Amino acid sequence: MRLLRSYVAFLLRATLLSFTGSWRFYAWMTVLTLIAAAGAFAYARQLEQGLAITGMTDQVSWGAYIANFTYLVGVAAAAVMLVIPAYIYRNKDMHDVVLFGELLAIAAIIMSLLFVVVDLGRPDRFWHLIPRLGVFNFPGSMLSWDVIVLNGYLALNLHICGYLLFMKYMNRKPTLAFYMPFVVVAIAWAVSIHTVTAFLYVGLVGRPFWNTAIVAPRFLGSAFTAGPGILIIAFQVIRRLTHYEISDRAIHMLRNIVTVSLLVNLFLLACEAFKEFYSASLHNSSARYLFFGLHGHDALVPWIWAAIGMELVAAVVLIVPPLARRISFLNVACVLSIVGIWIEKGMGLIVPGFVPTPLGNIVEYAPSLNEAMVCVGIWAFGLLLFSWMLHIAIPIMSGEFRHETAETRA
Amino acid sequence: MTEEPREESKEMSPKGIEVPRRNFLKAGFGTMAAIAALAGVSAPLASLTKGFTSVDAFLQQHYKRLTSDDLDQILRRLEAEIARDYGARVHVNDVRPMDGVEYGYALNLSRCNGSRRCVEACVKENNQTRDPQMQYIKVLEMSNGSLDVEKSDHYYDVPEVPREGKYYLPVQCHQCKNPPCTKVCPVQATWTEPDGITVIDYNWCIGCRYCMAACPYEARRFNFSKPEIPAEEINPDMAYLGNRIRPAGVVEKCTFCIHRTRRGRYPACMEACPTGARIFGNLLDPNSEINYILKNKRVYILKEEAGTIPRFYYYFDV
Repeated sequence: MRLLRSYVAFLLRATLLSFTGSWRFYAWMTVLTLIAAAGAFAYARQLEQGLAITGMTDQVSWGAYIANFTYLVGVAAAAVMLVIPAYIYRNKDMHDVVLFGELLAIAAIIMSLLFVVVDLGRPDRFWHLIPRLGVFNFPGSMLSWDVIVLNGYLALNLHICGYLLFMKYMNRKPTLAFYMPFVVVAIAWAVSIHTVTAFLYVGLVGRPFWNTAIVAPRFLGSAFTAGPGILIIAFQVIRRLTHYEISDRAIHMLRNIVTVSLLVNLFLLACEAFKEFYSASLHNSSARYLFFGLHGHDALVPWIWAAIGMELVAAVVLIVPPLARRISFLNVACVLSIVGIWIEKGMGLIVPGFVPTPLGNIVEYAPSLNEAMVCVGIWAFGLLLFSWMLHIAIPIMSGEFRHETAETRA
Repeated sequence: MTEEPREESKEMSPKGIEVPRRNFLKAGFGTMAAIAALAGVSAPLASLTKGFTSVDAFLQQHYKRLTSDDLDQILRRLEAEIARDYGARVHVNDVRPMDGVEYGYALNLSRCNGSRRCVEACVKENNQTRDPQMQYIKVLEMSNGSLDVEKSDHYYDVPEVPREGKYYLPVQCHQCKNPPCTKVCPVQATWTEPDGITVIDYNWCIGCRYCMAACPYEARRFNFSKPEIPAEEINPDMAYLGNRIRPAGVVEKCTFCIHRTRRGRYPACMEACPTGARIFGNLLDPNSEINYILKNKRVYILKEEAGTIPRFYYYFDV
């Protein structure tokens, strides 16, 4: 009962803390709120006029929304790269930052769920997906698997982060049984969210570009590059703006993860390119469209080569010793791989799956302004969520924000 | 990794969190800005509420879970909605499959001349949206000597058909025995009926378009906005799972003209064909014309390697 009262007090104080901060914090949150609101406005317009105001067509029936969804599922899955060393190998440096990785996962999952919702033609019928209330096509549809794994992963991370933060706030030692089993499940679950998302595409017989076993491994390779890359950048910001200690060793470890994953990702891309082009079957037309253009249509060509270029430069920066040692170069490499992989997932994977169509029709796709606004709005909202969670979590982690009666940390 | 000098920031007090008054004022301004922005959002939302969906429509259950009373009420509601939105008096019926019937379609590639009369008839019969016009049937102009659809022209615009050196391949829903589209639907809004026709409950579809990505025949279309059909062009004889005017934001498809064929008539595309290239019939009847063709003609199945087992067959005279 006392614990419950403390918990309510915790929530109230955390809410107050949400509205407390430097002018920079206010400026940042206000800008994000305004961008998110502009996105909400664009979405309202889409609800009113239908998906006709997107760039999507019957031929290219998924676009920027599903591309961003796929990318963000990867970002969420990447938390596992911090979770394994922190909880399983008890790495001290990772232990200090693992929570931030899990908070990023929470923000990323919420963003990816939002991207699915804005992609629905009839969001008012979302309840049809709720088992029992609606009709759930399980286990037949990979999309229903995705609903389960994404929401399950969200719940797992909310529980782990919420529990550990509250314990820290109370200055109590967390009970292993209350979080460790969930951590172990979350590790396997993290892999499953990106695998299931890959299987959404792999399972489609009419789309040879996706109908290949390498999609899931490629997804994991790219996710474990982009996710830790985002965290490295976030950690630099945290180090600059707060007193929270993030050791160089933690960043160094993440750098190693980014390096290996990026090399694996490039290797898998090369494997795919070899399979598509060496055999030169009729089934490689999507790949030809993506890399070289097809029958005069080449909207994606500059994008994919830019993505490959960015990833290659990032790889060089990460593995050539004099460059690799400098933090500023590491940041450049991270930004390049974050953007490069975002292009690879969207323009490089989702869109070419639809071009040409199974009947050989070439219709190119570019997101409309309204569609882009919705995307930017969701990203702003996600950043807002992540900043807000960090704003509360960091003072808890550093011991500045704690229960009145909790004893001061040694 | 070398240690880079870090800039220590002075923003946050290192000891505990205080909540000064000033911050509440700042919070107030931030919140006001957010509320003002959200008020802007509500403008298009307000116009949205009228005519978008009713409580009954929102709560409507899956077709297969409806009692006949439920269904009756829904059919009357749909008629009222169409009268309100399109100014047309129509009948929406629930037409059930006949016993002992499994439909099959055969198309004579030697005869099809690419006139696209089937396409026109289909649009009229099935109440597809006219702006831009939605078509269930695609006629591909193919070059002689190749069955590669990638070398086809979807939008041929020529004064006279057939053109020299070309043949024509009309493609519509193949009503597969192993349909990839129904398998992927997360809410079972689409399924195959006992007579072999794959249907969609247009009031259950959530509009995720996964079925469109799954279909190797591009047989599914999406209502990107509310369908537009002039009142005088509306075909008033409608079926719930068939040609009724579909809501915005859902996927729709060819149903072999369920509202006609389940009452013993031919599909509109077959009746419209000027060359007799189209043959429709009951696969379970050994004496049907379609069975004669399957037994005696050279039959080609489009994308047979996809394993979808279509009920739509192409054949050649020679």
